[in-house]
Amino acid sequence: MSRRKQPELPFAVRLRRDWQMLVLMLPGVLFLLVFFYLPVLGNVVAFQDFQPYLGIMHSEWNGVQNFVNLYADPDFWDALRNTLLLAGVQLLLFFPVPLALALIVDSLVSNKIRRAFQTIAYLPHFLSWVLVIALFQQSLGGAGFVNNLLRQAGFDPIPFMTNPDTFPLLVVGQLIWKDAGWAMIIFLAALSAVDVSLYEAAAADGAGRWRRLWHITLPSMRTVIVLLLILRIGDILSVGFEQFILQRDSVGPGAAEVLDTFTYYAGVVGGDWSSGAAAGLAKGVIGALLLWGANTVAHRLGEPGIFQKRGQS
Amino acid sequence: MRPIWKERPAPAYQAVKAVVLGGFALAIIVPIMVVVSTSLASDADIIEAGGYVLWPSHPTLKAYDTLFSGGLMARAIGVSLFVTVIGTAIALCTTIALAYATSRPVLFGRPVLLLVLFTLLFAPGIIPMFLVVKQLGLIDSLWSLILPGALGAFNFVVMRTFFMNVPAEILESARIDGASDFTILRRIVMPLSKAVIAVVGLFYAVGFWNAFFNALLYLNDTSKWPVQVILRTYVLQGKSLSADQLGVTPPPQPQSLQMAVVVVALVPIAMVYPFLQRHFTKGVITGAVKG
Repeated sequence: MSRRKQPELPFAVRLRRDWQMLVLMLPGVLFLLVFFYLPVLGNVVAFQDFQPYLGIMHSEWNGVQNFVNLYADPDFWDALRNTLLLAGVQLLLFFPVPLALALIVDSLVSNKIRRAFQTIAYLPHFLSWVLVIALFQQSLGGAGFVNNLLRQAGFDPIPFMTNPDTFPLLVVGQLIWKDAGWAMIIFLAALSAVDVSLYEAAAADGAGRWRRLWHITLPSMRTVIVLLLILRIGDILSVGFEQFILQRDSVGPGAAEVLDTFTYYAGVVGGDWSSGAAAGLAKGVIGALLLWGANTVAHRLGEPGIFQKRGQS
Repeated sequence: MRPIWKERPAPAYQAVKAVVLGGFALAIIVPIMVVVSTSLASDADIIEAGGYVLWPSHPTLKAYDTLFSGGLMARAIGVSLFVTVIGTAIALCTTIALAYATSRPVLFGRPVLLLVLFTLLFAPGIIPMFLVVKQLGLIDSLWSLILPGALGAFNFVVMRTFFMNVPAEILESARIDGASDFTILRRIVMPLSKAVIAVVGLFYAVGFWNAFFNALLYLNDTSKWPVQVILRTYVLQGKSLSADQLGVTPPPQPQSLQMAVVVVALVPIAMVYPFLQRHFTKGVITGAVKG
């Protein structure tokens, strides 16, 4: 506390006082430099005709040629369109589910049921995507048990897992199965922080449950809802990468190719490093811009958003 | 005593809630149960049920026996355990040290903090990441799964938020008693933060155990495949575990064998989950919504 008031201490003195703290920071900073900032700089291969045996230093520069090539590549536009479509569907259909679940769970009177439900609902978040998709395949796949039951009952099996037309719905279903329960945590925390005297007052004034939900609960959650919405928008282009790469074979690239899988197949598998890096860089920049844009809109609407809060702490 | 705004709802509302929550919970439990049951079912059970069983009437461990009789699965589990244990240990040390140092007003504390927070906004991209890992000579080494995951920005934020709430008076008085920063971290801050260390450790461990894409990207050597890649190859892509890999002929029902692979990936998670479950709500919330 007293230290805060004397930032004018000479550098050498502070260095001697803080050397142990600097040692503690060292591994983390090294990690950041090697596995984050170095790769960020490595994005320059997007502006090169990168040849692995020449390396970054000796490969030829070719300006924005890679981006021009992407612009002319119909596969890239397919990937971009799929990314935006899938991200949009996920945002629209996934986002309300945890909120709705949280509202129902919060209204439960029995603590036992509430705890049991939470325990079950959080679990899938900890399972890997491979495992989740394996479970889906065993349940809904062509030879899965739902189709087994259908066949035994004399119906035709339904190709849940391999139909490109319904792929967006399948993907949202998987996301809800895996993460809706987990996403509920933050809403529940926000709900438990609502001032109970507001409910008391409203109930005394004769407000029914729906009016209390509309006039007290939802307005109290506005900040949290906006915050999560912004974070989700920033993440929008990363739409479940593993989820798509795992299902690309069974549904076909026409429906399951997104920017990340495009990057992987063009760059690592196809050896066209520069195109892959260009697509990856485009994705990173668009994602950061979306996040920044959403945060700005939130500020305009008088919400704290995300950047401000971090700046304060 | 129930407050008046929490009166028992009408039966219709209760029914709706029961259907929604019950349906959601069943959708989670039933697939997991079918998989576990089928992995334990005998061949006769499976044939009779037409592929899947909800409850094995003659439970047997034959599928697991077969699965572990070849070296493939045992080796994959070894790889996954190694990566998980070593990775979690390294990641926890890095995160605790960095979070503690940036939670106090020290030299370079703020710039380093900004350095971490920026990573939340932007991802470096798959290709440059691959090139760096390759340049470091980590391709086909298990370190390629461990080192890139040695610090998670979200886990860092959770940890740092917790450390910032440790009362400064305690640290101040320890300093007056002559404790160094290392001693304070080891003897005072860490013992006070057991819950959050457990939670962050769980997040890291789950992340390392579940890592699939890094293994796909960096490991060409099939003998170093972790469990998740095995799961993908033999269950999702449907390659059959051939007799020579397993060392047994004839192989048992493919369903029960595949389900056994799924269960192997599932079990460690199911084992740690109950112990840490009570901590993580608090852990996540201190990090995520602050004030």
